[in-house]
Amino acid sequence: MIDFGYGLTPSATLRIEQVSNPAFEELHQREPDVVKCIACGSCAASCAAGCFTEMNLRKVILSLQRGREKETLPMLRHCMLCGKCQLVCPRGINTRHLILSIGKVYGLEETGL
Amino acid sequence: MSQNIVVIGGGPAGIEASRRLRDLGYTPLLVEKEPVLGGHLARWDRLFPDGVEARSVLEPMLQDLDGIKYFTDTEISSINRLKDTWVVKFSNGLSAQVRAILMTTGFDLFKAEKKEEYGYGIYERVITNADLEAWFKSGAAPQFDHVHTIGFVHCVGSRDEKAGNRQCSKVCCVTAVKQACEFKEKFPETTVYCFYMDLRMFGRKFEDLYLKAQKEYGIRFVRGRVSEVSEDIDGHLFVKAEDTLFGKPMKIKMDMLVLMAGMTPAADTQELSRMVNILPGEDGFFQPQSLVSNPCTSSREGIFFAGTATGPKTLPETLSEAGAAALAIDRYLKTPLK
Repeated sequence: MIDFGYGLTPSATLRIEQVSNPAFEELHQREPDVVKCIACGSCAASCAAGCFTEMNLRKVILSLQRGREKETLPMLRHCMLCGKCQLVCPRGINTRHLILSIGKVYGLEETGL
Repeated sequence: MSQNIVVIGGGPAGIEASRRLRDLGYTPLLVEKEPVLGGHLARWDRLFPDGVEARSVLEPMLQDLDGIKYFTDTEISSINRLKDTWVVKFSNGLSAQVRAILMTTGFDLFKAEKKEEYGYGIYERVITNADLEAWFKSGAAPQFDHVHTIGFVHCVGSRDEKAGNRQCSKVCCVTAVKQACEFKEKFPETTVYCFYMDLRMFGRKFEDLYLKAQKEYGIRFVRGRVSEVSEDIDGHLFVKAEDTLFGKPMKIKMDMLVLMAGMTPAADTQELSRMVNILPGEDGFFQPQSLVSNPCTSSREGIFFAGTATGPKTLPETLSEAGAAALAIDRYLKTPLK
């Protein structure tokens, strides 16, 4: 095939088909609700840390599902485990347990938890 | 003498099914607990997608009740199986022995005060979709002065496990867009927001309405669920949501907020299910034999369903299901007893 030079550059593309994610599978085992997120953003909107920092639980969950944890895990460092996200989540996700599980599975140093 | 059939619930499904049954030669006994027939439709102003008046649909139906015996302010006291029939006792003292009962018990609007974080019943300027329709219908002057900014909150009590309603109420997306356009038409200076999770514009011309809302009315659509609402000393509302497409939380000052309360199973569903010994579905709505091929028949002989008693539906869906239920009952009654 002729390369016209208009192709997608790998660094700018989400290679979702190449995501093999044993860490996410382990997280799913620990907290099955991680796959229930509908990305409504209630958690991010009510987040006590979200006004001042990059903390955004919706983005954390999505990036873990897409195999891009390195970029987003540092966000969790700002979480104060206040639990407001758990109050507003329409899917009833136990966000506290989810966040602590992410810390366990992906490593405490990475997340700061 | 023509055969009686009990129809429980005098909303559009019950009225339409009764008319169809009458046309097929039966005598429907239509029972309504409220003082008037018409259900939610009687309280609604205009209908999506074209904005026709609700009364232009309901009034011709109400003028065509010859041959239908209807009882308002009447509830069902008991239902008992007797051989091949059902004995139904009404709260007005009457009773009927029939072979077929049609449940057209409809839905209850979700009680928006249950979502305390949205402040319905606490903040004066937070109202519901039903309140807005009632206001439009009354033609009264606006309740509040200086409404510069208004927001519509989709999915209030829908797709919400904590509120006990996992289901999508189906009609609120297009209703919100319809009401947003109507509001903008009445008050062109107002900035109108819609906070949605997904815009489910599934019906014919619904997408056109959405396009019109964007192009002609300049409605601002924000993809994010409202997480909480607060109020300042002057009564202004502060609405928090994440713009999930942009990925940033936001806090907007609003003068009014409309909560799109969804459809929940009618409160009577449990009691009626118990009377006829049918288990409702896990979601609390009546469970038909098949949601695909037998939406009007139940697991018990002679018990039929139509309309939102079996889950959220649009008005045209409800009306056509009422017709289908009448035919299903006719076929059942024409089948010789075993």
